[in-house]
Amino acid sequence: MSTVGFGNTLLRRRGVLPGFGAGFGLTLFYAGLLVLLPLGALILKASALGPRDVFRLVTDPRTLQAFQLTFGSSAVAGGVNALFGLLLAWVLVRYQFPGKSLVDALVDLPFALPTAVAGISLTSIYAENGSLGALLGKLGLKVAFTPLGVTVALIFVGIPFVVRTVQPVLEDLDRDVEEAAAVLGATRLQTFARVILPALFPALLTGFALAFARALGEYGSVVFISGNMPYKTEIVPLLIVTRLEQYDYAGATALACVMLLFSFLILLAVNLLQRWSRRGAPA
Amino acid sequence: MSVRTEIVSKRFAARGPAAVDNVTFEAKPGAITTLLGPSGSGKSTLLRLIAGLERPDGGKISIDGKDVTHVSPRERNVGFVFQSYALFRHMTVFENVAFGMRIRKLGKERIQERVLELLSRVQLAGYEGRYPSQLSGGQRQRIALARALATDPKVLLLDEPFGALDTKVRIELREWLLAFQESARVTTLLVTHDQDEALELSEHVVLLADGKVEQTGAPHELYDAPATSFVASFLGGGSLLKGTVRSGRAEVGSLAVQAPEGAEDGAEVRALVRPHDVRLEKAADGGEVAVARVERMRRIGPRIKLLLMLPTGDAVTVHMPKTEVDELGIESGDRVLVDLKDAKVFVEDYAI
Repeated sequence: MSTVGFGNTLLRRRGVLPGFGAGFGLTLFYAGLLVLLPLGALILKASALGPRDVFRLVTDPRTLQAFQLTFGSSAVAGGVNALFGLLLAWVLVRYQFPGKSLVDALVDLPFALPTAVAGISLTSIYAENGSLGALLGKLGLKVAFTPLGVTVALIFVGIPFVVRTVQPVLEDLDRDVEEAAAVLGATRLQTFARVILPALFPALLTGFALAFARALGEYGSVVFISGNMPYKTEIVPLLIVTRLEQYDYAGATALACVMLLFSFLILLAVNLLQRWSRRGAPA
Repeated sequence: MSVRTEIVSKRFAARGPAAVDNVTFEAKPGAITTLLGPSGSGKSTLLRLIAGLERPDGGKISIDGKDVTHVSPRERNVGFVFQSYALFRHMTVFENVAFGMRIRKLGKERIQERVLELLSRVQLAGYEGRYPSQLSGGQRQRIALARALATDPKVLLLDEPFGALDTKVRIELREWLLAFQESARVTTLLVTHDQDEALELSEHVVLLADGKVEQTGAPHELYDAPATSFVASFLGGGSLLKGTVRSGRAEVGSLAVQAPEGAEDGAEVRALVRPHDVRLEKAADGGEVAVARVERMRRIGPRIKLLLMLPTGDAVTVHMPKTEVDELGIESGDRVLVDLKDAKVFVEDYAI
């Protein structure tokens, strides 16, 4: 991890593989072209709006509600996915059962499915006349066209992230470490909490961050199930699209910039937490 | 505190071969007992059965006189050291050693005191803040030992503990373990496939083959009086020669050696000739001697390894000190007289 002593070590060290200069240059160019350039254009466009206008736009109750819903439901969805993704990964790694490879393949489906398709199917299931919606309606639980529905859609699109990040780490986890804990007197729960979970934690955090980030930007699956009611179930990406449709490019990009800033800060925090939790791991 | 197994068996597949096949043995209190055998002999499985990491299909395991056959590993209070160290990577050295005591909810000061005492005992005082990834293999294994000892286990179970280390570190750790054992006197079971390790460290050896006990006893007993040709060839090794019993002597080609008692005339025998037990002379007469040709000579440090070809076509490997070879003036291609007096002769079916 300490290899990124820039300039004086990294640039001078000759690796076994040639082409560091070209590789590094190409990477910078590629990242610049694909990530930094559009983001730069975004900020440039947003700067057409004065700081006062941006502030008014962002503190507008309707916008505030959208921010709250977007970040809140994304965080909840990320958390739920972390929990159940861990469980799913555990079952897939530790147990043998018929149809295991089928389940394994199903996990990736939310990746491949067009999000609009996911949104429409979720809506039709959870709507009041839908199969699951009718059942839940009897229990007094309304999912479609509520913040809960938004969260359900975000959970759906985020499932693969946690499973796919935790799975390989779990596969690499040595069984003898668990046995060592057992011989030292630890119960299964203690072994899980003190030995397995700390080892999985960095991967789990990565999975959470990916699922959370994916949820923040999700649009297609949410707009159907949310019903897009102002002050109730609007998400930020929807507000951005709405403004674009009204040719309010400056407003749309300003919202996007604020969203970007917060997302970046949160992901940065998660990354720092992850680095801290990785201490002691072999470099 | 003793460890006993009585007719313990374990199969991993219902119809597969038994990994451990009706094993009965006893490890004496306060001594190092070695479970020795080639890979696949069931020695590690036997150790894991004693730790409770595997469930036996049958038989009884007792530690310190108490039947623990159906007791879970966490309640057996044994110390287990894995070949792969199995340290907790996300914990410091201190936390690794403290783990068992934290589980037992010992007081903070008690833990602190005990961990530091153990670390100085394994000569790693001052390393408590490091992580396992910052230690060498030998250091990791000593931490694993300290961790296993922290809870005052009734027995210490070591599963090829030095197997992953290089020769120099392995020899150092052996010395350390002997010194430690002399002061601590913890009942220890050591699994190894390394005969030198077994001969050097243990007071008692249980030699296993194919899941069965082949022979038990003190290391010198197994070496000097091997019960079977398997024991003889595993401990000490050597060249195996075929022969026939004629009037109380085993004839191996033109050589004759003392046949085992009760061997009938005409019985097929195998003679195991240890590389160190052969005496060569350039010219001599005598009973148990024969003429052989020196095919090849190789120097290994202070020793010379000679490959002899007997008239029967059998090859015999001999190790001799270089000084002795020089005194005798033996050169490659010479004809020598061979004295096989110490050959171990076995009447049995034996397949390699």
